[in-house]
Amino acid sequence: MSTELHDSASARAELDAIADNLRACMQCGTCSASCPNVHFMDFTPRRMWRLMTLGRYDEVLNSKTFWSCSACYTCTLRCPRGLPLTEAVYALKRYAAGNKGKHSAFYRAFLDNVQRNGRVQESTLMARYLAEMRSPSKALGFVPVGLKLLRAGKLHPPGSEYKGVLKPMFDAERNMEDRS
Amino acid sequence: MKYAYYPGCSLRESAREYDDTTRIVLEALGAELVEIPGWTCCGAAAVEAVDRTMAVALPARNLALAGTHIPEADVLAPCSACYLNLLKAARRIDDDHELHRHIAGLLQAEGLELAGPYRVRHLLDVLNNDFADSVTEHVTTPLEGLRIAPYYGCQILRPYAVFDDPEWPRSMEPVITAMGAEIHDWAMGAHCCGASLMVTDKEAALSSVFSILEAAEGADVIATVCPLCQMNLEMYQDEASRLGGRRVHASVLYLPQLMGLAFGFSGQRMQLGKNVALSGTMANMAAGSNRAAAPA
Ligand code: SF4
Ligand code: SF4
Repeated sequence: MSTELHDSASARAELDAIADNLRACMQCGTCSASCPNVHFMDFTPRRMWRLMTLGRYDEVLNSKTFWSCSACYTCTLRCPRGLPLTEAVYALKRYAAGNKGKHSAFYRAFLDNVQRNGRVQESTLMARYLAEMRSPSKALGFVPVGLKLLRAGKLHPPGSEYKGVLKPMFDAERNMEDRS
Repeated sequence: MKYAYYPGCSLRESAREYDDTTRIVLEALGAELVEIPGWTCCGAAAVEAVDRTMAVALPARNLALAGTHIPEADVLAPCSACYLNLLKAARRIDDDHELHRHIAGLLQAEGLELAGPYRVRHLLDVLNNDFADSVTEHVTTPLEGLRIAPYYGCQILRPYAVFDDPEWPRSMEPVITAMGAEIHDWAMGAHCCGASLMVTDKEAALSSVFSILEAAEGADVIATVCPLCQMNLEMYQDEASRLGGRRVHASVLYLPQLMGLAFGFSGQRMQLGKNVALSGTMANMAAGSNRAAAPA
């Protein structure tokens, strides 16, 4: 399900480029040992890089390993080969986000919120994301925090001052994409 | 010293106390903050996961505005994620001619121009390198006996280790010592708080929050310099305790809130009322300084 775009030539090329970048990996495991989220991944970062260099992209894309990365850059800092690992994770997320799906819902809701409002509105962002997830238990999980924010006077009504401010920039990007 | 100030979205919403106290404390130290007019979101850590061009264009727009309206001034960001995004964009457009041209083209739609090189600074860098000496001079009510756990998080020093060691950061220590407080010696200062995994993979984030709070035991307060770190460490203490199987608890304050107290500002002025997990010494201090000082 997460591999709809997998066959298109350009998407394949992007993955090939990531895999190519990872060829210098010597499988030392420093990245896995450094990762604060490794216990919540389907397999370790070290194994993910190996699968990528073997061209077993499906296995990587169907896992939640790269979605469990918090972009802490610890692996990037410590990799003895100096590989841009966090960048590779971002590239995998972008590639998989092209396939929609629940894992990227938050990131897509975020970009959409920015595009519309100019500045992120925490309350409308969470509302939109939770609506899209269609998961009552997930939504309920944020109620205690919402209440704490409310009591501390930290929730603010959405402002509209910067609505549409970013439209010219986003439109320009769309036009450039169309031309290329 | 004049700075092009970029508060970022969080500091205008759930982290207003960080914005307000940063301004108060830096101005007390003699800095002049000029907010970048018309600034918009930098993309946080989220946009790069869906759109690489916008992950550069969004922060670049703010850099262009800063360069146009407040030329020559360093860009100052108190939020670690904003800081990293602005810095990353500045470096990418410097290094990559093609990307520079593309982003410049997008900004032209608004009549904005890229005129780097841009110097991007984090609040902690500015405190340490521009005001190191004057912090001591401004301390009127030393925080004697207070034990502070300096928490740095991730993106402030990784992947770009601009002003401190990304494995063992120490740049908060001179400020803490200058305030008359003690340093809680711990190994978790640079451990990730889970960042936005708190929304997308909560259990993973809670497990990090639990280990950080557990390691902070013995400190009176954790000092933070990022709104996401502060929120994760403060708001999810009950859930982290449940997951970890034992109660962990800590007061979590922004560094400028603590500095303001040491500079003699009231707990009210430093907005301690916005902190939802104050306990022990910090709770007493909040109540005490609220009574003692005139309303701000
Ligand atoms: S730290 Fe670098 S070289 Fe070692 S396994 Fe990870 S990616 Fe490969
Ligand atoms: S950047 Fe991601 S993969 Fe690397 S150590 Fe941090 S969480 Fe793990």
